[in-house]
Amino acid sequence: MASIDIQDIRKSFGAFSVLHGVDLTIRDGEFIVLVGPSGCGKSTLLRMIAGLEDVTSGDIRIDGKRVNDLAPKDRDIAMVFQSYALYPHMSVADNMSYSLKLRRTAKEKIASAVGGAAAKLGLDPLLERRPRALSGGQRQRVAMGRAIVRQPKAFLFDEPLSNLDARLREQMRAEIKKLHGDLHATSIYVTHDQIEAMTLADRIVAMHAGVVQQVGTPLDLYDRPANLFVAGFIGSPGMNFFEGRYLVSGDHADLRLANGVTLPVPRRAGIESGATATLGIRPEHVVLDAHGALEAKVDLIEPTGFGIIMHVSIHDVPMKIFTLDRAMLDPGPAVRVDLPQERLHLFGTQGQRVE
Amino acid sequence: MTLAAHPHAVRPLRKRIADASEPYLYSAPALILIIAVMLVPLVLGISYAFRDIQLLNPLSGGFIGLDHFRALSEDQAFFRALRNTLWWTGASVFLQFLFGLILALLLDKPFAGRGLAQALVFLPWAVPSFLAGLNWAWLFNPVIGPLPHWMHALGILDAPNNILSDPHLAMWGPIVANVWWGIPFFAITLLAALQAIPRDLYEAASIDGAGPVQRFLSITLPFLAPTIAITILLRTVWISNFADLIVVMTNGGPADRTQIVASYIFTQAFRRLDFGYASAIALVLLVLLLAYSMLIVLLRQTLLNKG
Amino acid sequence: MRSKPFLTVAHRLAILAYIVVALFPLFWLLKVSVTPNDLLYSEGVRMWPSRATFEHYTFVIAHSAFPTFFKNSLIVAGSTAVAVTILASLAGYALSRFRFRAKYWIVALMLITQMFPLVMLVAPIFKMLSPLGLTNSLTGLIIVYTAFNVPFATFLMQSFFDGIPKDLEEAAMIDGATQFVAFRQIILPLTLPGIAATLGFVFTAAWSELLFALMLISGNDAATFPVGLLTFVSKFSVDFGQMMAAGILALIPACLFFLLIQRYLVQGLTAGAVKG
Repeated sequence: MASIDIQDIRKSFGAFSVLHGVDLTIRDGEFIVLVGPSGCGKSTLLRMIAGLEDVTSGDIRIDGKRVNDLAPKDRDIAMVFQSYALYPHMSVADNMSYSLKLRRTAKEKIASAVGGAAAKLGLDPLLERRPRALSGGQRQRVAMGRAIVRQPKAFLFDEPLSNLDARLREQMRAEIKKLHGDLHATSIYVTHDQIEAMTLADRIVAMHAGVVQQVGTPLDLYDRPANLFVAGFIGSPGMNFFEGRYLVSGDHADLRLANGVTLPVPRRAGIESGATATLGIRPEHVVLDAHGALEAKVDLIEPTGFGIIMHVSIHDVPMKIFTLDRAMLDPGPAVRVDLPQERLHLFGTQGQRVE
Repeated sequence: MTLAAHPHAVRPLRKRIADASEPYLYSAPALILIIAVMLVPLVLGISYAFRDIQLLNPLSGGFIGLDHFRALSEDQAFFRALRNTLWWTGASVFLQFLFGLILALLLDKPFAGRGLAQALVFLPWAVPSFLAGLNWAWLFNPVIGPLPHWMHALGILDAPNNILSDPHLAMWGPIVANVWWGIPFFAITLLAALQAIPRDLYEAASIDGAGPVQRFLSITLPFLAPTIAITILLRTVWISNFADLIVVMTNGGPADRTQIVASYIFTQAFRRLDFGYASAIALVLLVLLLAYSMLIVLLRQTLLNKG
Repeated sequence: MRSKPFLTVAHRLAILAYIVVALFPLFWLLKVSVTPNDLLYSEGVRMWPSRATFEHYTFVIAHSAFPTFFKNSLIVAGSTAVAVTILASLAGYALSRFRFRAKYWIVALMLITQMFPLVMLVAPIFKMLSPLGLTNSLTGLIIVYTAFNVPFATFLMQSFFDGIPKDLEEAAMIDGATQFVAFRQIILPLTLPGIAATLGFVFTAAWSELLFALMLISGNDAATFPVGLLTFVSKFSVDFGQMMAAGILALIPACLFFLLIQRYLVQGLTAGAVKG
């Protein structure tokens, strides 16, 4: 196992730039999730670490050794592909042992490595089958097995669960987490699914438009999103935003919306009075209270079984509320709500978090 | 160990060279062969057009400028061959395309035994061209072939004669053989293009109330159009260069009525061993074909831009 | 889909008509080849002779140079097919997987070779090969045929490679393979249908080639089947039974190859022909 050190990595295809200087230090044994919408550069970054894409500028170090110019085969990393990329003409056992054979490992060693990995993943009865004869979940497992047998310095995962149905994805997510608990292997996991990011990561790297937006533990990103992008990307249903002007009067502050309504906000040092700002609150943090300060017109009710997503509007500004209170299945034309001060997020003109 | 001393300076350069040369290493053997056996002879062949090259004449080989082209401009046989080429190519391509398209449409429908039927109707393509020529020459021969007798019985021919020796009908012989032999090529290409059309388009059109003819005109044809255009272009060029059938079936006769430019070149080179003159004719043919291809490509471009 | 019985019948009949037209000339070849000489003229238009014989075949095999022609053609077509497939696999892989500067020019060069009249090359190739002692030799023919067939075969192989996901090589390279090892051990085995199609296509083409064989080969010793058959035809143009027996023999390898690979050929030609 090894640490991975990324310094000011840039990537451009011709004149088109996809990564604008990424810095990241991954500790030995850490599980890092790169998350972001498609096209944000997360897969490119992963492929550069794997050696499948050239580095335009910057350095990548694995275990302290600069690997920019090493071929993928010399980097001692393993990768699980979204398509699994199992070799269709080889049996499961051959798929798993291919890397060891290429390294001319002794036969007995190969057998024990494959046996060990197969036992860990429950692949024993499938070893002689061809990938074609496997279900999606089984293929996924073989792809993992192929990575495990090598005991590489790091595991790279490129959206490995995207091709599975929801139920199986949940199950494999848990298995990956358990596996990481057993192996403590340095892992970098790319996904666009924020739930996968939240559940798996030791640390999440949120990316957007080729720039790292925030690096932190899942709860860091949930509780203290560094900017509007992270705030909107993490959490489901997504955070509610109100745009307006931040105005200080005396010892309290307000956000004045475009339609003239004012919402009280906590006073923050990082922002001038009169600046444009965005107020954010997660749907699950909005409090339904018969004596609440704000009236919300009910537009739509979406029951999810577990809870209820209410689409409401406050002075014509749309907002979502998540509640477990089944009485809200039939709330009437309007409800009263509170936006608790300690749950409010404030973002400045540039979208950055304001403390 | 010296490498390890300057890992940054040395390895990237070596790696860069290795990376950059890799695709060339893969393609080099094929390229070298093509250049040596096709491109160099092509350039030589073009130069022959301006030289006096006769295989059996050791004194030949001199540079004679445009003499061959001057001779060519007065060569009635060449102009007859040019007209014959138009007729041969036009009729062959049109009929191959028409019957190929029908066959492709027939094969596009699933039915029991389709695999076998497909293998059988495509079989003529595997028949060596010279053998296809001989085969049809024999079929047209009243001594052993049934065709003249059948055509006589149907009233197409006045007497069961060999059409290959009738100056007015002879060209139909190689054309029929060519159509028989070339239908599979069109059918295969068009069938492949047909099968690439998303099926739900047809379903959507049916739901919208389109009949079979409307579906063909509004979905099938537009989807096939690019394939049709490129296939016809390639095929036209190929068939105008294709002399095998004519050389085997009629050898240009009777009275040069089936002589096309490609077979005329062959006659000049092979029978009269006048390579210089043959190259001059070939060069003219090449220029005409290039002009034709350019015209088609330009036409297509304008049509695309309009669309 | 509802089906109208009338349309279904018409469809099957049309298919049948195509099959009959496609096979009839070959059937006639077979028929004449088994007709005894004395019945040839009296039973000219009968569908099958009242008495069949293999005497023409035995004569052709025992008393003519056809076995030599057959052997020569087999050597030429077989070697050409193997050589072309190797070269075209490598070049097709380069075109399919690498982005490099000369790619455009390579494709253009290969397309041009498909455009010009090959007859134009007869004279220069003859002049180039004769000082090397490669005229009147099977090796010369193999070299020429290989060059002629490489461009199309390259496009054919490229279209097969294009159909194989790039992930597989990347996985192999991460597993510890160089690109060439990944090509050999992972990609090539998956391209077997493409290799079969290319082999079959080139074999048939080389088996059939006439003009260059006529031009480059003069004696019987190195003559291929087309040359041999054509010489035979111009010399003994009345022995129809024997000629057709020889024709049937010439047809067998090409047709066998074709029937084996036609399914793959349709697959590969699709992409290749449309893109090329």
